Amino acid sequence: MAKSHKPVVWFPFAAGGTVIAFCMPVIVVLGLLAALGQVPPGLSYESLHGFAAHGTGKLILFGVIALSLWSSAHRLRCTCYDFGLRADTLIATMLYVAAIVGSAATAMFLFRI
Amino acid sequence: MSRRPLIRELPPTRWFLRHPRYLRYMAREVTSLFVGAYCVLLVIAMQRLSAGPVAWQEFLVALRSPASLVFHLAAMAAAFYHAGTWFNATQKAMPLQIGEDFVPGAYISGAHYLVWAVLSLVVLFVAGVI
Repeated sequence: MAKSHKPVVWFPFAAGGTVIAFCMPVIVVLGLLAALGQVPPGLSYESLHGFAAHGTGKLILFGVIALSLWSSAHRLRCTCYDFGLRADTLIATMLYVAAIVGSAATAMFLFRI
Repeated sequence: MSRRPLIRELPPTRWFLRHPRYLRYMAREVTSLFVGAYCVLLVIAMQRLSAGPVAWQEFLVALRSPASLVFHLAAMAAAFYHAGTWFNATQKAMPLQIGEDFVPGAYISGAHYLVWAVLSLVVLFVAGVI
């Protein structure tokens, strides 16, 4: 049977799509409140830093951000193709590399906390 | 006599204007731009958080710029549209069969909406908004 690397790309995409669907609206709402000047108590430095200082908090933040990044990269690749940009290999490489770099950077930032 | 297949050239950049269904598909595709941009903002937020209380405070102040406010509104619309279409699609993607019968699709999507609402409320509660 022909082997394909597609599942490797597709699984984090599906997981990320689910994570984005469940988590992204409420995250953006929290961000919007901060943008309106009504910073939620949970976004204060003490609260968020305390959350990220715990192993579980780090894992949640990393999981949500990394999966969302990967899923977005995959979706952006498809979006580019649908809008007529047919340099798929180049676009896919750029987006996936960006997602990997963003995930690695997130892990690094979280380890510093 | 050989039969030549009919090959129609579709306009690669505006094919989706041909049918409202394609247009809705593309509307959903476009949400990935805003969601992707918001993910980048989250990575920046983690960097600012790791840089200390002063950097975090500056980040929160920067969020209050008019451009950021407009971006947040657009990202919120995109996030909700993505979530709604995703949950509506679950009944097609994961049909559930019990015995002879399929569970009605509305139950499957409805369960996702319910979990979404509970999860969002929990996050808002933990964040001290409600």
